[in-house]
Amino acid sequence: MANDSHSTAGHRPVYLVDGARTPFLKARGRPGPFTPVDLAVQAGRPLLMRQPCAPTAFDQVILGCVNVISEEMNPARVAALRLGMGENMPAFTVQINCGSGMQSIDTAYRYIQSGSSDLILAGGAEALSHSPLLLQQRTVNWLADLQLAKGPMAKLKALSRLRLGMLKPVVGLERGLTDPIVELNMGQTAEVIAQLFGITRQQADEYAVSSHLRLAQAQKEGWLDNEVVPAIAPDGTLYPEDNGVRRDSSVEHLAKLKPVFERPYGIVTAGNSSQITDGASWMILASEEAVKKHNLTPKAVITDSHWSALDPQIMGLGPAMSIAQLLTRHNMSLEDIDLWELNEAFAVQVLACLAALDDDTFCREALGLKQRFGRIDMEKLNVDGGAVALGHPVGTSGNRIVLHLMNTLERKGLKRGIATQCIGGGQAGAMMIERL
Amino acid sequence: MTGPVFSALQARALELGPFGYEPGQDSSGPWKHWQLKRDDEGIAWLLLNKADSSVNVISAEVLEELSQVLNELEADLPKALVLRSGKTGSFCVGADIKEFRHLHSETEVKDKLSHAHAVVNRLVDLRCPTVAVIHGAALGGGLELALCCDYRIAVKGATFGTPEVLLGLHPGLGGTGRLVDLISPVQAMTMMLTGKNTRDKKAKALGLVDALVQERHVANAVRAVADGKLSRRKNHWTAKLFRIDPVRRYVGKKMRSQAASKAPPEHYPAPNALIELWERHGRSGKDLLRHEVSSFARLLTSETSRNLVRVFFLREQLKGLSSVSDDIPPVKQVHVIGAGAMGGDIAGWCAIQGLRVTLFDTQPEMIAKAIGKTADLCRKKRFSSADTREVLDRLIPDFTHQGIGQADLVLEAVPEKLEIKHKVFAEVEPQLKEGAILASNTSSIPLEQLQEGLKQPERLVGVHFFNPVAQMQLVEVVKHSALNDHTYDRARQFVGQISRLPCPVSSAPGFLVNRALTPYLIEAIMMLDEGVKAESIDRVALDFGMPMGPIELADQVGLDICLGVADMLRERLDNDLPEAPQWFRDKVEQGKLGKKTGEGLYLWDKGKPKKQGQAPRAPEETLDRLILPMLNACMACLSEKVVEDEELLDGAMIFGTGFAPFRGGPMKYAHERGFGDIHQRLQQLAQLHGERFNPDAGWS
Repeated sequence: MANDSHSTAGHRPVYLVDGARTPFLKARGRPGPFTPVDLAVQAGRPLLMRQPCAPTAFDQVILGCVNVISEEMNPARVAALRLGMGENMPAFTVQINCGSGMQSIDTAYRYIQSGSSDLILAGGAEALSHSPLLLQQRTVNWLADLQLAKGPMAKLKALSRLRLGMLKPVVGLERGLTDPIVELNMGQTAEVIAQLFGITRQQADEYAVSSHLRLAQAQKEGWLDNEVVPAIAPDGTLYPEDNGVRRDSSVEHLAKLKPVFERPYGIVTAGNSSQITDGASWMILASEEAVKKHNLTPKAVITDSHWSALDPQIMGLGPAMSIAQLLTRHNMSLEDIDLWELNEAFAVQVLACLAALDDDTFCREALGLKQRFGRIDMEKLNVDGGAVALGHPVGTSGNRIVLHLMNTLERKGLKRGIATQCIGGGQAGAMMIERL
Repeated sequence: MTGPVFSALQARALELGPFGYEPGQDSSGPWKHWQLKRDDEGIAWLLLNKADSSVNVISAEVLEELSQVLNELEADLPKALVLRSGKTGSFCVGADIKEFRHLHSETEVKDKLSHAHAVVNRLVDLRCPTVAVIHGAALGGGLELALCCDYRIAVKGATFGTPEVLLGLHPGLGGTGRLVDLISPVQAMTMMLTGKNTRDKKAKALGLVDALVQERHVANAVRAVADGKLSRRKNHWTAKLFRIDPVRRYVGKKMRSQAASKAPPEHYPAPNALIELWERHGRSGKDLLRHEVSSFARLLTSETSRNLVRVFFLREQLKGLSSVSDDIPPVKQVHVIGAGAMGGDIAGWCAIQGLRVTLFDTQPEMIAKAIGKTADLCRKKRFSSADTREVLDRLIPDFTHQGIGQADLVLEAVPEKLEIKHKVFAEVEPQLKEGAILASNTSSIPLEQLQEGLKQPERLVGVHFFNPVAQMQLVEVVKHSALNDHTYDRARQFVGQISRLPCPVSSAPGFLVNRALTPYLIEAIMMLDEGVKAESIDRVALDFGMPMGPIELADQVGLDICLGVADMLRERLDNDLPEAPQWFRDKVEQGKLGKKTGEGLYLWDKGKPKKQGQAPRAPEETLDRLILPMLNACMACLSEKVVEDEELLDGAMIFGTGFAPFRGGPMKYAHERGFGDIHQRLQQLAQLHGERFNPDAGWS
């Protein structure tokens, strides 16, 4: 087990004040209308606008972003300036792959807890549709040779070494979703844990359908109205809501899809995986002093967070470890948690995490506990759907689940919740919050 | 963006050689407007820093002092001479136009100008390398001064132009000859004929400047000139071709027809005068220089130029109304309610002008459309993608109406229904920030009615824009009984901040512009009703010098708006404005509202009306039937004190409706024609067409 030094006693309380995100926009095979910073600006402007304090009142800005585009190095700072937060606003970007959006909240939490900051804007932004096409390594070498060649003959000779196959680009996104240590694609790691916990295709598809239907209902009921702010592209197109949801999703329909990662016998399909999506999300974190000074109305307080790590080829089980750690540290059982947001990287991966917490061998041997926790009630888990329906803009999702957890605790009048996500490379983060 | 740190260092931004960072401190020199100092290398730096003025203009005194400066330089020749502006904003924006108004005869103008030529010719003849360093604008006489130097170094962002044509003139301080000699003659003529500005990179490409540098490299660039390392421009390669008379005549013919399509020569003589000057004397720059003076003198004393100069000062006067005392804080954030045609365009314009804007509408699609339109406008204005992005970042969609509290000015542009506006105010007022202004873009509702129910009516003010917002420079600032000075001042300042011209008007029905314009539009519709062709009516107005005929204008404004304003005026003024014909009302009922719906009085296609080419001539009386009701309403507005005086009225009508500028405005035109004549003609028309033509008492 990881170290146990995360006690919150004696620290300043850290409040979650408000948050907002863009609609999550499904990638359609070409760069979408917004870059990561564009998205961060779209979500940030209305959020800042509705605060009683000026955008310049913040102490710093922290933004999670995995696929930073070359035009926006340190997207946090670019976003802060474009949001009108002032030239003197410190801002930095954090990256822990799929956990980046939660890492930004956690970092802000630590700054405020320790007393060195009072008001922080923490977010996540990702435009997966803007992932670059890369040159192959051998093509880069060929270009370098060509540039170094002196004289026309040498140039010609270098030129002649070009082969047609060298022009085929490498899809940056595909590369990014493949673990470099174990050389498994993220979808393959999902296949691995599905097998370890006996998750079936049928179960995965059923889970995926419920994700779509839950999101569709939440949209219809207006439960996302304050959380999702419409985005407007410079061409005047309005993007009012998450557009990956399929209101007509059904198990029969999903059953027709072929596995995408391990053909022909795999069970992970495009239909029961998270979607490739663009989106950004922000949360405002404040100390007690900032709440008083700026007349803010906090909605929740962060009670704890935990990051854990495990073998990269079974990265999807990470949330089970982080959850176990939080519960143990606070001497709680599953029943003490009213709501769960467990990021849906893959339907099988969510189901495997649930199975793991209910698995004696896993809890005893892997986590060193006396016994299993039991089963998380599906009525408390991802109540308004998740990344299967919404999409998973990797640097953003961790922020979104905390934001949605905060809002759902409020809507349902519940007390305590945990948001957690698995992280490519074999990690996981979890955050426990309580409604005020 | 400039934050507090960079701002603190801004005073150091200009490279002023031996003057260091604080040239303003050094007032020990013998001259009021010029400062001269030599650096260690013997390069003389000459700063133009016109006293008691925020920008440099060339006045008689400035030239007189330049002559003295030249005495000193000729007596002790420096290694090189640098000429630049000591003002942070720009190089020099032209001649001191005020002085034009004191010149009455052609001979007087010629004398003055010949003297000025003699002074600047000494700068040209100075026997050391001379270099003008230009930041910001170098316009008219300012550019002509720079043209007298051997070299021109432009600082990034510099703009160049010869806007004389807009005053019914052409360059007069040697610009015609020197510009034609320096760059391609066709380009030179185009610059002078259009009056359009040329920006830094384009100026470099044209050869107008020898180097384009960042401010931080000015010192090194100057040194390169002094050391003879910067090669001097030769004449443009086409220059030789245009020394042949028939070539100039051939090209001149084309220029004439092009110029005529923009500004009819019978109203605007300057372009043709310039073309003729070039055709006749363009064989050499020197020849041009000699004849420039007499041509300029002829133009300056023409009625057109007098009127256009008057319009220039009308604009200055209106502009001046936007400057208020320093303790009124500028508006930084605006909240616009209603993203319809007006609200959306106003919000976009404010964002383009550098303000943060929140735009609320109950329909998100409307906000999206407004943002798309703003992006289009940026494209049309050729903003860089970074500048466009900055504008769009400042234009914040507000879907939930939460932007009120942060705004310094809240402007409603919701439909013209009193209940709707009252509802909006009831929601907005409690959320207003301390000191914030509540503005209404109403075109027809009396402010006295709008302020009912407000807890602090003194914060309410009318801020009435015209369509299209990006083109119409006028904004009526509507006063009312409860308005306080703070609100009134801040509102005028706001109008200036967004580069519009404020015209204070009282809360009379239709205020000024709509009150004056509506009788003109209605009369045009009456004539349509009588069977006169739309194209024929519009032709008469165009020939008079209007930018657009009344039928097309009605379509552009929107027939629903025209009808609404006409009905409102008839009801509230209890006057003889004729009822709109039934077919007109039907059109509005059917939603054929003009340009915005694709059909109104004309059919519209891609933003242009489809007109028939050959329309019969309209009856003789058409012009008076159109113009005199407008003049009559103007007179009524003056007697009712809707607007303070004739000058503001003329300015408002020119910048709010495009009233033929070369006529100097409706009241100037009325004076020109004679009040008696107008009175008599109105009486005649009243007998023929009814009481709506009854002359106002002010004419007799």
